[in-house]
Amino acid sequence: MVDLHFLANPARFRRFSQRVLPSLGFATALMLAVGFYMAFFVAPADYQQGDTVRIMFLHVPAAWLSMAGYALLAGLGASLLVWRHPLAALMARAAAPVGASFAAVCLLTGSLWGRPMWGTYWVWDARLTSMLLLFFLYLGHIALSRAYDSPERGDRASAILALVGVINLPIIKFSVDWWNTLHQPASITRLDAPAIHNSILVPLLWMAVSLLMLFVLLVLLRTETEIDRRRLENAEAAA
Amino acid sequence: MNGFTTLLMRDLRLVLRRPGDVGVVLAFFVVATVLFPLGIGPETNVLARIAAGVLWCAALFAALLSLDRLFAADYEDGTLDLLLLAPWPLELAALAKCAAHWIVTGLPLSLLAPVLGIAFGLDGPSPLALGVTLLVGTPTLSLIGGLAAALTLGARKSGALLALLALPLCVPTLIFGAGAIEALAAGEGIVTHVAILAALALVALATTPWAIAAALRQAGE
Repeated sequence: MVDLHFLANPARFRRFSQRVLPSLGFATALMLAVGFYMAFFVAPADYQQGDTVRIMFLHVPAAWLSMAGYALLAGLGASLLVWRHPLAALMARAAAPVGASFAAVCLLTGSLWGRPMWGTYWVWDARLTSMLLLFFLYLGHIALSRAYDSPERGDRASAILALVGVINLPIIKFSVDWWNTLHQPASITRLDAPAIHNSILVPLLWMAVSLLMLFVLLVLLRTETEIDRRRLENAEAAA
Repeated sequence: MNGFTTLLMRDLRLVLRRPGDVGVVLAFFVVATVLFPLGIGPETNVLARIAAGVLWCAALFAALLSLDRLFAADYEDGTLDLLLLAPWPLELAALAKCAAHWIVTGLPLSLLAPVLGIAFGLDGPSPLALGVTLLVGTPTLSLIGGLAAALTLGARKSGALLALLALPLCVPTLIFGAGAIEALAAGEGIVTHVAILAALALVALATTPWAIAAALRQAGE
């Protein structure tokens, strides 16, 4: 297994990311172009949903990645609190707005899909509501990490919040499910075979991989910016 | 344990010397709930339908309102530094502070809510059930709110930030608290809901003191 602690040093991380970023950026652009082509032109229209089913190719991966993004925040938070890795804090700062954006994309595309399909932009359904609450948890994390004059305090406070949030997410999910369910149950992450035809499933998974690459790309890019920003602040404080 | 009771009694004594602070929170609770009939209209069936949700939300806001001072006074006058240096766990100190907060807000709110429930047109066993759900549910609010208060200690605009952090985490308690009264109206018992509220409170009791202590430690550094 690759020892990721190796990358915990900001300078070493920077060398790594500068080597990786150009090719990752190129690959992501290519993957996304192919993915959108498949989503818009190759995948068949659904017999019930018509062309609106194409929104799902963006909506579903955005939902997956926004949830994975919060798990990443919690992992980075644990890494900061346990090993005091300086890079973990900077990467959490970089990742939180990206995760929040994916949650926002999920909510927006969902409501655009809901208008023709359910006849309304928004319903107080369990899955919509728990995604909205996830979005609020992201906002809290972002606001808390920037609420202090000393950035280190914001880093550690938001790390604790991410860990508490990740414990609470299943509880929130469960309680909101109890509260109301209208959204269709999960159709891919079932134990038996996926309930989706391959003509839809392949573009969906392709888009999921492309958007995952975009997520990683944005987080790496923003982490570099955060490293530079922190250095600048330290230099200003020293001057 | 001795330190726990000492800190709890100290906080309660501080509140007793200035009972107005508790009075303001309870007054906020009453005024906020009274605004709903004025805004929505006096139809009794509508009010009885929304009573539990309104009273639960108002109790949540009232509990949050009093939280931003929970650790702030100790932080400013140096008591927190002494608590950090004390030879007994900071987790117990955090628990004592939250317990004191619950005794002066959660408990009176739970006693006051049934009266307001009757004013909203709840009848039969509903007002009493509302009081019971608040009694079981408000400790969770004090613990989660205490965590948000500890995390925002010394932050800019800490009041609004505290609400942003605490409210999403309080959603499960709100759902099962208000849901209990609806279940009662639908002819089911409230035992399930109260049991889940108690479970939520126990989870909060088992996890938040550690998180609060961690937050206080990094605030004290």
